[in-house]
Amino acid sequence: MALEPVPSVTGLAVFIPGADIDTDRIIPARFMKCVTFDGLGEFAFYDVRFDEHGVKTKHPLNDPRFSKASILVAGVNFGCGSSREHAPQSLRKYGFNGVIAESFAEIFYGNSTTLAMPCVMASPEDIVAIRDAVEADPETEITIDVKALRVRTSGGLDIAVTMPDSAREALLSGRWDPIQELLDNDAAIDAKAAELQYV
Amino acid sequence: MGKSLFQKVWDAHTVGTIADGRTQLFIGTHLIHEVTSPQAFGMLRDLRLKVKFPQRTFATVDHIVPTINQDAPQDPLAAEMMQALRKNADDFGVTYFDLASGKQGIVHVVGPEQGITQPGTTIACGDSHTATHGAFGAIAFGIGTTQVRDVLATQTLALEELKVRRIEVNGDLAPGVYAKDVILHIIRKLGAKGGIGYAYEYAGDIFDRMSMEERMTVCNMSIEGGARCGYVNPDAKTVAYLNGRPYVDMSDFNATAARWLSFASDADAHFDDIVRINAADIEPTVTWGISPDHGIFISENIPDPAKANTALEKASIEEALAYMKLEAGTPIKGVKINVAFIGSCTNGRISDFREVAKYIQGHHVASGVQALVVPGSQIVAIQCEQEGLPEIFRAAGFEWRGAGCSMCLAMNPDKLVGDQLCASSSNRNFKGRQGSSTGRTILMSPVMVAAAAINGSIADAREIFHMDAPATIA
Repeated sequence: MALEPVPSVTGLAVFIPGADIDTDRIIPARFMKCVTFDGLGEFAFYDVRFDEHGVKTKHPLNDPRFSKASILVAGVNFGCGSSREHAPQSLRKYGFNGVIAESFAEIFYGNSTTLAMPCVMASPEDIVAIRDAVEADPETEITIDVKALRVRTSGGLDIAVTMPDSAREALLSGRWDPIQELLDNDAAIDAKAAELQYV
Repeated sequence: MGKSLFQKVWDAHTVGTIADGRTQLFIGTHLIHEVTSPQAFGMLRDLRLKVKFPQRTFATVDHIVPTINQDAPQDPLAAEMMQALRKNADDFGVTYFDLASGKQGIVHVVGPEQGITQPGTTIACGDSHTATHGAFGAIAFGIGTTQVRDVLATQTLALEELKVRRIEVNGDLAPGVYAKDVILHIIRKLGAKGGIGYAYEYAGDIFDRMSMEERMTVCNMSIEGGARCGYVNPDAKTVAYLNGRPYVDMSDFNATAARWLSFASDADAHFDDIVRINAADIEPTVTWGISPDHGIFISENIPDPAKANTALEKASIEEALAYMKLEAGTPIKGVKINVAFIGSCTNGRISDFREVAKYIQGHHVASGVQALVVPGSQIVAIQCEQEGLPEIFRAAGFEWRGAGCSMCLAMNPDKLVGDQLCASSSNRNFKGRQGSSTGRTILMSPVMVAAAAINGSIADAREIFHMDAPATIA
């Protein structure tokens, strides 16, 4: 399937503090009572953006300085817990195009790549540097360069980041949704099914 | 050098390699439920694709099912999701264990009890607790909804191969220490992100001795340790459990059993990492914070951020204690609870209810505590009824409910209110997990939940129930 390659994404960024931010936090389960992914954007991080009375909290996503952010910066094990694709779907629909974190949970990572949202890993020191740059000047423009595996800021930071080769290749070649390739191997799939006794 | 079970199953299911370097892996068994499948069927319709092997996908409804008046959800959104699954199963020819089937339940309870879950197979489901099925020596893991589409359309997935970490637990468990304590301890030791990139192989005396249901409890929480899948090698117990179940081909069972057992890791298999834990070191374990690796023994005090080794750890403890409204350095024992929940895909099987029922007779749930007991499937519920368990629970002040995910994840009417604190046999203590953005969860074994319910506060079940003989692990 001919899809748009994603060699890089550029935008303003917001830092969301905390380790082990789970997918229940990204999209609380009650908002999964739906049969489409439409409209999930407004519920991203809902329970930390609003208190129990529906009043806005001091969450960074409520901070007007970061209202134009399209790149999310986070800590370790981002996206852990439930496999719900609703989580990266809600981030995409909220307006995020990329995530920079110390590390990611695997299922979230795969789901995000399939939605053409690059997720790159940076060292703890570099995450702090990006955070400081963004918080000092929220107009700092950030580029996640998937091709060069660098994150650059308009303020002059230029840091090395990592991502699995397969995710990088999928984004650069426009094959981040693998369905056509999987379908193309139909004969091999049938052969494998015939070989497996339980199928 | 020999191969691990993971390697054998992976090799047997490899279809090829796609352009980005990932393996195209055949998924022999696909399980679906109402939450993560409707969008996938929508994508199939958009792409005008069919389900390639409809006989290899099995559906049930669990997350949104009310546990009172199961088949009549008052919530129109829940009703719509149930109708969507009905229509998708019918339109695409997929087997659906619906509420009227007598076989409905949590997808990870239904698969094994129907004999759909088998050794040496690959199993995927749009649910991270799919790791549960690894108890049978299957490679089983959670996937996103776009991947559910991929399995429906092609019966394959594009995946990176995992490394394998063997976790050996040897020795003897003390009385009152259960499978749940073993896995909570492993997660505490290795961390919530320790398993990223790995499949966990659970091996050693303790897992050999465990029943299939106890092995499911352990494998279920692999994902809480960051591992996408975990497994126990198949053995005579695995074969005996599956013998005669509805979806097991009994035409040449000896040959089938031999094939299953052949997938067990070779004695000289390569492992990328090996971790050894002494069973005797494990005590009943409870969580104190907001991540499953925030575990302590029931005899320990709540961690003190002042004693943290790093600034990050200090901030993490402070955040957790602020959310949990717990005081650093004080005993976890004695923390007042409001709700007790026994159930979920971690601990909602017949052996869980039998074990708790052994101890609660003559006791009563403390006043002011709501205690829910929720069987994992309709079949488990019937088994419990045949054994008179609901009466035992009711007499002790517990509410006996219908099958479903219930209070594990707040997609049905069973939810915490405000900052209620729940002693829970489920698997996640994330902020807001049980349905209130300020609700608090403490994870533990079902017997420890019962002890907390009776005591009105977090308690050591060994003291409440005067345990002196070894528990279920013979």
